[in-house]
Amino acid sequence: MLDTRTKPILEVKNVSQSYRTGSGEAGAQVLDNVSLRLTEGEIVGLLGRSGSGKSSLLRIISGLAKPTEGEVLFREEAVTGPYDSISMVFQSAALFPWLSVLANVELGLRAKKVPEAEARPRALKAIDVIGLDGFESAFPKELSGGMRQRVGFARALVVDPTILLMDEPFSALDVLTAETLRTDLLDLWVEGRIPIKSILMVTHNIEEAVLMCNRILVLSSNPGRIAEEIHVTLPYPRNRLAPEFRQLVDRIYALMTRRQAPAAPGREGTFPGLGLGMALPEVSTNTMAGLMETLAAPPYNGHADLPPLADSLQMAIDDLFPVGETLQLLRFAEFAEGDIKLTPAGMRFAEMDVDARKKLFGDHLLAYVPLAARIRNVLDERPTHWARAARFLEELEDYLSEDYAERTLKSIITWGRYGEIFAYDETSETFSLENPA
Amino acid sequence: MSRFVALAARGRSALPNIFDLIAFALIFGAFVAIVHGSRGMTLPLHAPQATAISLDYSNLPYYALRTTLRMFAAMIASLVFTFIYATWAAKSRRAEKFLIPMLDVLQSVPILGFLSFTVTFFLGLFPGSTLGAECAAIFAIFTSQAWNMAFSFYQSLHTVPKELDEVADSFLLSPWQKFWQLETPYAMPGLIWNMMVSMSGGWFFVVASEAISVGNTTVSLPGVGSYLAMAIDQKRIDAVIAAIVMMLVVIIAYDQLLFRPLVAFGSRFRFELSASQEEERSWVILLFRRTKWLRAVTGVPARLFQDVALWRLDLPIRANLSPAANEWKERVLDLVAVMIGGTIGIYALWLLSHFVVKSLTFGDIEQALGLTFLTLLRVLALILLASLVWVPVGILVGLNPRLAERVQPLTQFLAAFPANVLFPIAVVLIVRWALNPDIWLSFLIIFGTQWYILFNVIGGASTFPNDLREAAATFHVRGWDWWTKVMLPAVFPYYVTGALTASGGSWNAAIVAEYVKWGKDTVTAHGIGSYIAKATEAGDYPRIVLGVAMMSIFVILLNRTFWRPLARFAERRLQLT
Repeated sequence: MLDTRTKPILEVKNVSQSYRTGSGEAGAQVLDNVSLRLTEGEIVGLLGRSGSGKSSLLRIISGLAKPTEGEVLFREEAVTGPYDSISMVFQSAALFPWLSVLANVELGLRAKKVPEAEARPRALKAIDVIGLDGFESAFPKELSGGMRQRVGFARALVVDPTILLMDEPFSALDVLTAETLRTDLLDLWVEGRIPIKSILMVTHNIEEAVLMCNRILVLSSNPGRIAEEIHVTLPYPRNRLAPEFRQLVDRIYALMTRRQAPAAPGREGTFPGLGLGMALPEVSTNTMAGLMETLAAPPYNGHADLPPLADSLQMAIDDLFPVGETLQLLRFAEFAEGDIKLTPAGMRFAEMDVDARKKLFGDHLLAYVPLAARIRNVLDERPTHWARAARFLEELEDYLSEDYAERTLKSIITWGRYGEIFAYDETSETFSLENPA
Repeated sequence: MSRFVALAARGRSALPNIFDLIAFALIFGAFVAIVHGSRGMTLPLHAPQATAISLDYSNLPYYALRTTLRMFAAMIASLVFTFIYATWAAKSRRAEKFLIPMLDVLQSVPILGFLSFTVTFFLGLFPGSTLGAECAAIFAIFTSQAWNMAFSFYQSLHTVPKELDEVADSFLLSPWQKFWQLETPYAMPGLIWNMMVSMSGGWFFVVASEAISVGNTTVSLPGVGSYLAMAIDQKRIDAVIAAIVMMLVVIIAYDQLLFRPLVAFGSRFRFELSASQEEERSWVILLFRRTKWLRAVTGVPARLFQDVALWRLDLPIRANLSPAANEWKERVLDLVAVMIGGTIGIYALWLLSHFVVKSLTFGDIEQALGLTFLTLLRVLALILLASLVWVPVGILVGLNPRLAERVQPLTQFLAAFPANVLFPIAVVLIVRWALNPDIWLSFLIIFGTQWYILFNVIGGASTFPNDLREAAATFHVRGWDWWTKVMLPAVFPYYVTGALTASGGSWNAAIVAEYVKWGKDTVTAHGIGSYIAKATEAGDYPRIVLGVAMMSIFVILLNRTFWRPLARFAERRLQLT
């Protein structure tokens, strides 16, 4: 698979990374034994859902974070901290709001003690290349999102990095702006007008990966592993409507929804897995109901292909996948091989009135989500029918990091309230069986 | 910012314009004043003009100048303290454990109570020179300014956005560069705002700390505070009024020349992605922007600062221990730190109890406890009273944007005005009508601090979303329901902030307000404030310590059991957005 004639610029060797749980111990793994190589002249995409550790991997490669195990080699030297030859473009552009465009771009050079006489022309050139001429003295808050991200690119390019790292650089932009920025960057790259040797980009947008990358590494989630490596040989500029392009997109959708092998009976149950330590995503019951209604109605009639569905709903996979997975967890849908299919229960749900929906949802919640059943059991057993939220949060923190534990509890509260399987009082932070009259 | 300014200045013609002239006049005026004022600071004590205060009106401007200089000296000290203390606390996990609780306690100690100690200490440090007394006064102001500035800076350092932090790291900024390029600018709006609040509070202390007598030692530094003390001593109501007018002028100048320009300048550093709809305006900044020469001149120090901010100052590479060894080392160091901290704490406690127990009986403690309780009652009752008046007023003003725009600067001004300058007038009235001091002196406690409530409630009401107002109107929510279900919950978070500030200030004010003089007449209210004030006058150190300690304990308890839970509740339940 790897081109053995060229030496890799960057090598990631067996890198693993773990979260810290609430109690400070090493908890769920984010990355599990990830290895990859980056050679000259390629754009590599890291494609994965949330929870695949793709951003963590990027930060380990840039030297901003340290892996729990494994190492990163840049030109055969071990990386121990941030280094000169890479620079990074951030999702939010991350500009210093008190510096002008010019000062923002110059900052990296001036920090390295490049004299102003040299830094100024270099910065002006970078600004020119990226198409920001005339905006040198503007402040970030005067610019649109796309312009700000251009400054982010100029700032990253001006230091002449060997590798450009990009952390979902287009995901905070609207569709049109993102597309212009992508094509502009690709033009610069293809025409060799930027002296970068290689680009590594993180994305959750399948089409974006196919549009830009020579090689796509698909990461699986919880923990992140490299599930697949896909070479994209289509010539630039690529046409989104070309059959080869569509085929590739379909194939990746199928790969990413492939039913995973049952998780090893470990502490961190793979979602959708079993056990209390299942991290639940924040999905609103409205979104779930909406998706079920859409799927039940024509043209889908209970069964949809994901790429066109995502297109028509204007949802990125990071929005769509958690909803689909939650429906799968609750046995309202089956979600596999790039398809989503409503179960009979899901079809019935779509046709019910509000009260019946809530009842059905509550039943499924108790039957298939262990945490919901656990809370309900505790409330049933106690004569007072009353329990503090903190006790469940502590239990969750045995398995999950603090953030995930809190998010999971928040989700179960919302879902439980909707299914009316318990009540929750925010002021006293307690669960109870009382229904407010 | 300086870079932007320098670039823009280059393009135009080099001739100075009228704005340069006005600005220069202002600045040179300030220079002359500083030189003139600071010459008096180091005079030997026996020189007659060093301590003699004359009630001649013509001396007032000079006194006001001295008072203002003291204020600025304290502000500089507070800034230096903030940069060091807050940064240390934010960067060292170990130091943080001690420094932050300490700051929290320091914040609750009524500074005025300790004036006697600091005066004796500093007088001993510079024997025979007014510099000692000068330092004591500056120190008193410093202690009223520094804590909340340090807190604000510390909090900002902790909330620097993660991505900006990563940008700084990935561009290999050294810690020094990161501090000046990222952390300090990010903390700027909060710091400037707190500086201004501190300055406003500081006028009160500068007036109170200029003329102080501890036992037989009487120190009076040239300043408005001493002038006022002298006027009170000689029962000269005209001089009191002159001092009030002078103070008005000073506060207006401070508000226009410093407060507003600085807040407008600070808004540049606000971390926001879109330009906010309202710009803070200041004619001083506008004037500055129109000058040519002046901007070129300020470009020089600005460039210098920029160069300094870009120094790398890399520390020698720290020993690269393996993670395991590092963890072990960390634990040992933690233990050592806790042991040292604990030992110092126990020793201090022993020293304190020794000092107090040796010369005080249980009866004294009981008395102090009772008196503190009285003052507590007074503070709470007055906060309640002020709230009943100012919350409705604040809401009505805040909902009218044009009115709020006019009233808001006025409340800021009133909060800065040192209320203790007005005390003599109150005393004259109380003596004249033979009023009950236990009731009528109480109002002085809240006199200067009530504006914080008004100020914050106006702020809260003016940010109340129009959608919600219209929703309330659509559903015909009126009268009592409109107040209790719509407006009061909406301004509550802001109210808590204001009331907390007012409560803190009121304790300090109690020391001055419960024991007031007019010539030989003394009007006293029962409370821990007058207890401390009397002990100070008598030079009775054990009782000062007891009184201040008791007051501090009450302040801390009140904060922890009342204000903070209230603030938490407000933040969790009533925060819009």
